[in-house]
Amino acid sequence: MGLDIRTPIGLMFGTFGLLLAGYGLATGGSDIYQRSLGHNINLTWGLVLLAFGAVMLWLARRGARKP
Amino acid sequence: MPQGIELGGIDYVILVIYFLFVLGIGWALRRQTKTSEDFFLSGRSIPAWIAGLAFLSANLGAQEMIGMAASGAKYGIATSHFYWVGAIPAMVFVGVFMMPFYYGSRARSVPEYLKLRFDEKTRGFNAISFAIMTVFSSGISMYALAKLLNLLLGWDFNASLWVSAAIVLAYIYLGGLTSAIYNEVLQFFLIVLGFAPLVFLGLENVGGWSGLVAKLEPAATAGGYAPGAFSHSWATMGTPAANPMGVEWFGMVMGLGFVLSFGYWCTDFLVVQRAMAANSMAAARRTPLIAAVPKMLFPFLIIVPGMIAIALTHAAGSGFALPKMADGSWDYTMVIPQMLAHYFPPGVLGLGLTALMASFMSGMAGNVTAFNTVWTYDIYQSYIKKDATDAQLLWVGRMATVFGILASVGTAYLATQFNNIMDFLQLVFAFVNAPLFATFLLGMFWKRATGHGAFLGLVLGTLAAAVHHGLTLPAGAPVGIKGGWLAAPPMHAYSSEMAQNFWTAIWAFCVCFAATVAISLVTRRTKTDEDLRGLVYALTPRPKEEHLPWWKTPEGMGALVMVMAIALNIIFW
Repeated sequence: MGLDIRTPIGLMFGTFGLLLAGYGLATGGSDIYQRSLGHNINLTWGLVLLAFGAVMLWLARRGARKP
Repeated sequence: MPQGIELGGIDYVILVIYFLFVLGIGWALRRQTKTSEDFFLSGRSIPAWIAGLAFLSANLGAQEMIGMAASGAKYGIATSHFYWVGAIPAMVFVGVFMMPFYYGSRARSVPEYLKLRFDEKTRGFNAISFAIMTVFSSGISMYALAKLLNLLLGWDFNASLWVSAAIVLAYIYLGGLTSAIYNEVLQFFLIVLGFAPLVFLGLENVGGWSGLVAKLEPAATAGGYAPGAFSHSWATMGTPAANPMGVEWFGMVMGLGFVLSFGYWCTDFLVVQRAMAANSMAAARRTPLIAAVPKMLFPFLIIVPGMIAIALTHAAGSGFALPKMADGSWDYTMVIPQMLAHYFPPGVLGLGLTALMASFMSGMAGNVTAFNTVWTYDIYQSYIKKDATDAQLLWVGRMATVFGILASVGTAYLATQFNNIMDFLQLVFAFVNAPLFATFLLGMFWKRATGHGAFLGLVLGTLAAAVHHGLTLPAGAPVGIKGGWLAAPPMHAYSSEMAQNFWTAIWAFCVCFAATVAISLVTRRTKTDEDLRGLVYALTPRPKEEHLPWWKTPEGMGALVMVMAIALNIIFW
């Protein structure tokens, strides 16, 4: 197959992760986190998405190296 | 009125990035789509794990997300019967026992299997009813999406409808089934990762699982049930009156767990197409088994938010309440949107809404790819132009995609005008679907079943469903679309609409089964044993997978999946 689906999945979630984590850092301590019970859910979940994206990209690279 | 949602700039950025990725996947795949087999069957090249996640995602349409969360609020953990009884056993069965015939026969669609196994008229009946049904269900799902976006975000109904339709059209037109399948995998992860924080925050708010169970007691007693009715899946299934679903265990296990669930997972081309696109027999058989593992965990992602929503609604001072409908009952369909608005700040809110959009799109794309294949192979190539070249088939497939999307948009507009027509059509489709599994079961495991038997069995089974519906009525429902239109007073009153549905399916299945057997015995076989090789169990060599430890074989995996499902049933008994 020409396209390894793990690459776009990794890129998309990596981008989402960076966006959310960055936004979370910028809005730390803001009132908007009253909704999420005081957690900076953007920062936490952004890091989770970033890690997921990185794992997908790593799997895609590993897959490409194998014949 | 439900509370509206204010989206911030970050939320729109996330939504737009998602749109760019789905379109980009279609664009990247356009050059690989050269033949009709590429377009309709992904050139039979999809690895098992991708086919498995797509198998699940295609089924995970809007009705599933919104509907199962609503049921979680309405019925509690008993909604898990739709997964642990009403899906997993059928998914194991189709992988272990039926896939060898679907994949091994090289049929390109489920109706085509019926043509190979039985005859032209059985295929025609199935192909035409399936084609109409898929267009209508994708239209109804688009209508639901556009209405929701309009209600929550104040987006224009027409714009929401046309933009989502255009995106799905673009990525299927370019990359065919491969594009739909790849996007379904992306959508699967988005749905899981977009809704998971909702479950975490909601559970923390109600005080964990034990807090949820305690807070569900007032919800159960308010409805007149035992305090544990919302947190036990089987304990209250003894009589219909004891549980909010209004069904008893036998009707549930036979109607939902056997007839409806096997009829859907084992015969609906929407899901089976994903397994047919797999790159080998081994991968095709593993497709539904791989899908079964996340499927059995989905109740925690979809049903639990509904349970949290109803628990908070009944807990004083929680600050959360479901909106009410005009007649004063809770608007359960608002569970997911209300929970998103309640717990998610801008940022994750965009992710959650994008996940909701993804679930609508994956369901719509599933319908459209199944429709264009059945239309092209089973209607166009079979009845309109028998000697079509492959290039013509590919072109017809692309046109059918455009037509299917336009027809769905038309259906969505029809739904805004005539809600009753939609209910009526869905009822008719339910009648047509109910007996199907009997035909496949006999076709695959009894070589004596004939084409006349199968066709008449299907017709009589469909009629039996209609007659049963006409003779019975759920308690408190008006005569008409809900039943009772054949006899006044109705011969039997069911305690709920769900109980009536389950028993309609049971009757349709039994009549179809008996009629197919009886008519097959008095009609002549038109297919020889040689014709049926690869199509019927007794005449097909067993697929051998050697040098594998037992738990890597389809049988071993299926057994493990069943043990896990049984364990979940016991834990939440």
